[in-house]
Amino acid sequence: MELLSGNEAIAQGAWEAGATIGVAYPGTPSTETLECFGRKEGVYAEWCTNEKVAVEVGLGASAAGARVISTMKHVGVNVAADPLFTAAYTGVGGGMVILAADDPGMYSSQNEQDSHYYAQAAHVPMMDPADSAEALAFTRDAFEFSERFDVPFMIRSSVRVSHTKTPVEVGERAAFEPKPYEKAPQKWVMMPAFAKPRRKVQLERIEDLRAWVEECPYNVVTKGAGKVGVICAGAAYQHVAEALPEASVLKLGVTWPLPAGKIRAFAESVEELYVVEEASEYLASGVAACGVDVRAFPRELPRDGELSPGLVRAAFGLEAPEHLPARDDLPGRPPALCPGCPHRLVFKELTRLRAVVTGDIGCYTLGALPPLAAMDTCVDMGASVSMAHGFELAWAGEEHRPVVAVIGDSTFGHSGLSSLISTVYNCGSGTVCILDNRTTAMTGRQGNPFNGVTLQQRPSRELDLEGVVRALGVEDVRVVDPHDMAAVRTALKEATSAADELSVLIFRAPCVLLERKRRPPYAVSAACTGCGVCTTLGCPAIARDAETGTASIDAGLCIGCGQCAQYCRFDAIVAE
Amino acid sequence: MSATTVLLCGVGGQGTILAADLLARAALAAGLDVKVSEIHGMAQRGGAVTTVVRFGDEVASMVSDLGCADIIVSFETTEALRNQAQLKAGGSLVVNDEAIKSLPVLTGKAQMPARAREDLVGLGALLIPAERLAREAGNVKASNVVLLGALSARLDFPVSAWEDTISRRVPPKTVEANLAAFAAGRAFVLNEA
Repeated sequence: MELLSGNEAIAQGAWEAGATIGVAYPGTPSTETLECFGRKEGVYAEWCTNEKVAVEVGLGASAAGARVISTMKHVGVNVAADPLFTAAYTGVGGGMVILAADDPGMYSSQNEQDSHYYAQAAHVPMMDPADSAEALAFTRDAFEFSERFDVPFMIRSSVRVSHTKTPVEVGERAAFEPKPYEKAPQKWVMMPAFAKPRRKVQLERIEDLRAWVEECPYNVVTKGAGKVGVICAGAAYQHVAEALPEASVLKLGVTWPLPAGKIRAFAESVEELYVVEEASEYLASGVAACGVDVRAFPRELPRDGELSPGLVRAAFGLEAPEHLPARDDLPGRPPALCPGCPHRLVFKELTRLRAVVTGDIGCYTLGALPPLAAMDTCVDMGASVSMAHGFELAWAGEEHRPVVAVIGDSTFGHSGLSSLISTVYNCGSGTVCILDNRTTAMTGRQGNPFNGVTLQQRPSRELDLEGVVRALGVEDVRVVDPHDMAAVRTALKEATSAADELSVLIFRAPCVLLERKRRPPYAVSAACTGCGVCTTLGCPAIARDAETGTASIDAGLCIGCGQCAQYCRFDAIVAE
Repeated sequence: MSATTVLLCGVGGQGTILAADLLARAALAAGLDVKVSEIHGMAQRGGAVTTVVRFGDEVASMVSDLGCADIIVSFETTEALRNQAQLKAGGSLVVNDEAIKSLPVLTGKAQMPARAREDLVGLGALLIPAERLAREAGNVKASNVVLLGALSARLDFPVSAWEDTISRRVPPKTVEANLAAFAAGRAFVLNEA
């Protein structure tokens, strides 16, 4: 018996099925799946520039005959949606399985969209494991189904499946003979003449799948003693099992297509039917569409965020056990940029400039929080560059604050590059800051095209970031040391004062978690006047005394970057 | 379906995930069903974090809930108070006797709770000088394993199961110091009692 996370189990399932190729862009809570897959025998795995590219690489490998796994977080499915919808026309060669890892509760995401809707909209079958053993089995089996029904299969997990470790019995790797490739334009060339017949094929396949889900062993009824029946899937099933041990439960292992007959039979077998799901109405509306009466909960079940057994019990009017009150007098503990983070001074200087800052997705989104509070927007991967262009368009011809886009190296490779091409093409202005910390930091320091590190440490090449930007036609391109306050200030001032020009500043210094180099810590001397400037940097190593206002530095946390010393007008911050 | 729920809480980067992993493997070695639920991503950058380990004959949900944690192991005093509503009536609090200021406190926008230690003692918490015990054991970074030793005194897994798990899971060079840290945390609680 091994203790595996859902992500590790999905990787194991793909490996046991004989998958030889894995493709992904990292994103919490999906990231470790491909890292784990890439460590296994006899596989090739790579980080792609984004999820669309990953699914296309995967579809190519599938067409050529291999079994392929592609993994992504829920918002990655948005990016991959284009090939996904048409892959449901072409179908596959070798089996193709796509993981969509949702984040209800938004622990590390900008929204909590439900990937089930993609399965329904794209007509791609979806399976919902509720623990690691199921994650392994469903993934392994999905490859065979993908080939049987000639369509990619999706595995839908959530934080509490992907990042929950449970006992798993692992198996052997099956021998998989790659499917022979034969040219078949009527299957693979989706121009109207071929796509129209493939649409008919798709509709026939949907009927086959609907017949299959009625009989497949993944939708399981547990008969309880009570009058309540609940339909649920994934992590929500575990909360229901905990909260309502008396209830009858239809646990859906396949969540698209829904087994309408099985749902109707289950509904008839119970007195009251409820649907329990997280941050979504997908299942409730799908069950209702089967023509059964879904009851409203006696009390409310939250429509947003994660569920827990207690929330399920509360929806049925059951009290929580006796417990202490929650304390409302405690200081918040938001995450923060690390001590020595190379992003810090850029945000500090942008605040000084009173710039409008369009932000992006990564560790540096933390620059939006006080005391830096330097960010005006953050929407999706690459949006910093394109939204900055939009700000500039709306304010063209007016005096306005400088507009600055801030984007990380990996996010720039993901989709900032195409945004920048669009800005250049349309003769846009403004300033784009690429925070090149040589890694994809937030998700755990993965490789990307600009650091030249690949998932399986195969030799690669570092893309020349400034060369790429210059080649697009941006004339003002500068590389700046983000630990040097004067250099950061000068570069930002010069770039933003050229109002009609487009400038790209590349702030290049490695992530502190990448190098883990520590220089001797700094300390605050008696010369400190308590002005408080150093604490406006938001470094977790610097504290300000509540009474005297003087600063102190925690030698255990300080890594000796020296950023703060540059801001002290009294030379009170000194290297020890 | 009765499972034991241990909530580990602290500040991102303190090692709650490793401690939870070791606890879960000790439970697995004892022949129990087990679930460990972790939070990755943004919160790990110094934010408040929780990891839940549940074990028993059969475990369904992987999360803790109001009034449901049999034991809270907190790596920091303020975080223990933040999670107190999760504690089951009659449950145990095992708390690292260390307060870590959060960024709003460091920048003067918020205050630490004035009487955190007194409040915790009032709740019957065991305050563990984990950093001192870890340093004495030979690895200042092994505070999390000291706390695991303290927790072990509240559970009935055999010591050998803990020691086997620690020996297999920590880096080879640190096995000795981690075993010493575990023993120190366990002895601290057994001697207090």
